[in-house]
Amino acid sequence: MNQTPYDRVKLARDSQRPTGMDYIRRIFHGFLEFHGDRRYADDPAIVGGIAWLGNTPVTVIAIEKGHTPKERVERNFGAPNPEGYRKALRLMKQAEKFGRPVICFADTSGAYCGIGAEERGQGQAIAENLTEMSTLCVPIVSILIGEGGSGGALALAVADRVWMPENAVYSVISPEGCASILWKDAAKADLAAASLKLTAEDAKRLGVIEKILPEEDLGEPSYYERIRALLSEEIVRLTHDPDLLQKRYDRFRRIGRIASDRVV
Amino acid sequence: MPLLNFLQPKNDLEEGGRISAPVLSDAGEPEQNCPNCHKDIPISRLRENLLVCSCGYHFRLHARQRITMIADESSFCELFSEIHSCNPLDFPGYREKLDAAAEASRENEAVICGTATVGGQRCCVFAMESAFMMGSMGSAVGEKITSLFEYAVKQRLPVIGFTVSGGARMQEGLLSLMQMAKTSAAVKRHSDVGLLYIAVLTDPTTGGVTASFAMEADIILAEPGATVGFAGKRVIEQTTKQTLPKEFQSAEFVLEHGFLDAISPRKDQKKLLAEILKLHNGGLQ
Repeated sequence: MNQTPYDRVKLARDSQRPTGMDYIRRIFHGFLEFHGDRRYADDPAIVGGIAWLGNTPVTVIAIEKGHTPKERVERNFGAPNPEGYRKALRLMKQAEKFGRPVICFADTSGAYCGIGAEERGQGQAIAENLTEMSTLCVPIVSILIGEGGSGGALALAVADRVWMPENAVYSVISPEGCASILWKDAAKADLAAASLKLTAEDAKRLGVIEKILPEEDLGEPSYYERIRALLSEEIVRLTHDPDLLQKRYDRFRRIGRIASDRVV
Repeated sequence: MPLLNFLQPKNDLEEGGRISAPVLSDAGEPEQNCPNCHKDIPISRLRENLLVCSCGYHFRLHARQRITMIADESSFCELFSEIHSCNPLDFPGYREKLDAAAEASRENEAVICGTATVGGQRCCVFAMESAFMMGSMGSAVGEKITSLFEYAVKQRLPVIGFTVSGGARMQEGLLSLMQMAKTSAAVKRHSDVGLLYIAVLTDPTTGGVTASFAMEADIILAEPGATVGFAGKRVIEQTTKQTLPKEFQSAEFVLEHGFLDAISPRKDQKKLLAEILKLHNGGLQ
């Protein structure tokens, strides 16, 4: 517990940390992967499909970073292109049609900053996920398993419940990016990491997530077992909630701290 | 005088181009250098022309100038002006930045919201302020935009919004990021009850604002030459190790790739917005 926020960032980025595919394989069974956004391409940085959570069919979507250097290159280091977000949305819409809950695993340093990504509307793709997820008529649970990199992670996290393992981080900008913009010095990333309040504890305190998942058995069968049990329980609860969408709206509506001059 | 015909402007963009500088500049009058054509333009001449250079370059406008430009005279009624930023994370230097921004922009936040009539039709309006921390979105901007869309739903009004933003405000960390989801959900509710939202993207509209309410309008317009994109140009150059062409992320580039409905020069905007409202029977009482 003596880790600094920047130590957490490094842990969250560790290539040996479980990735999206590890979670899918170990929590669900019978995963069928479905590809493509039906518009342009299939983005290998986002994996999606249908699987069984116990006896319940669910739609599962995960950002995949890969472990080995070769896998990482193939997965574009977990930096999705617009077609990745559009594939995710297509699968969510399909889940809505067939009444399947959606479970997302987000892990990215951010949406890809590339020429093609801009040409194909990275901003528009993320924006569309934000609007559509806000009214998707099935339960959505998102787990930010490693790096929660800004809009690129949020595009899979407009959910009824958002959880984070204790060493995952969630931030509006990378600490290095923040330090280089504000202090013209990427070496001040540790100060930026502390200032940005990006740890799971911070996120929970700010009302951005509901649950912190302990990591003492990270990657062990018991770890996935526990998450499976939590997911199963939560999905049942959310499925029976008649005010699901109103609560999802309120969940985000109340986030923020403002000053007001209004005299009451 | 056919011999002097060459002095006549050939088109809109050239209007005044060849003759304006020598004729209209008074000795001693302050001038502004145009970053596009590099001419010095007398400020009074720029003002008359809605801060558009004769070469077509659109200078940045303040939020209130935008509203004055499109709203019918004295029809604007400001809403939510009491909402402004605090320093929720005790982020180093943020309080000072907010004070400096308030001083520079003479506004208390990076967006102005309210109602107005445009061509006689009532609507909600917001305009972002580039002089306030480059229009970045923190809790207060998110709250004001969300409140405006909720108000518009209650009053059954269309929304016209002018965006200019460097993106989410990093000094409020996750709270800023969440404003993207919060505003998007409010835009969606407004849309789902059949109301019209027109966005006018102005220079620059980037980051978390592009990836939320700027790109969620029914009709998305942009000013000529405005930078519109998600990632910053420098970040893309660093990531891809490529030099980007000048027109990359210009409004014209974004239009060509299918993400804008039209590019609208400033002088045409009021008429165009009024016409679009009329086509949707927007806010006609």
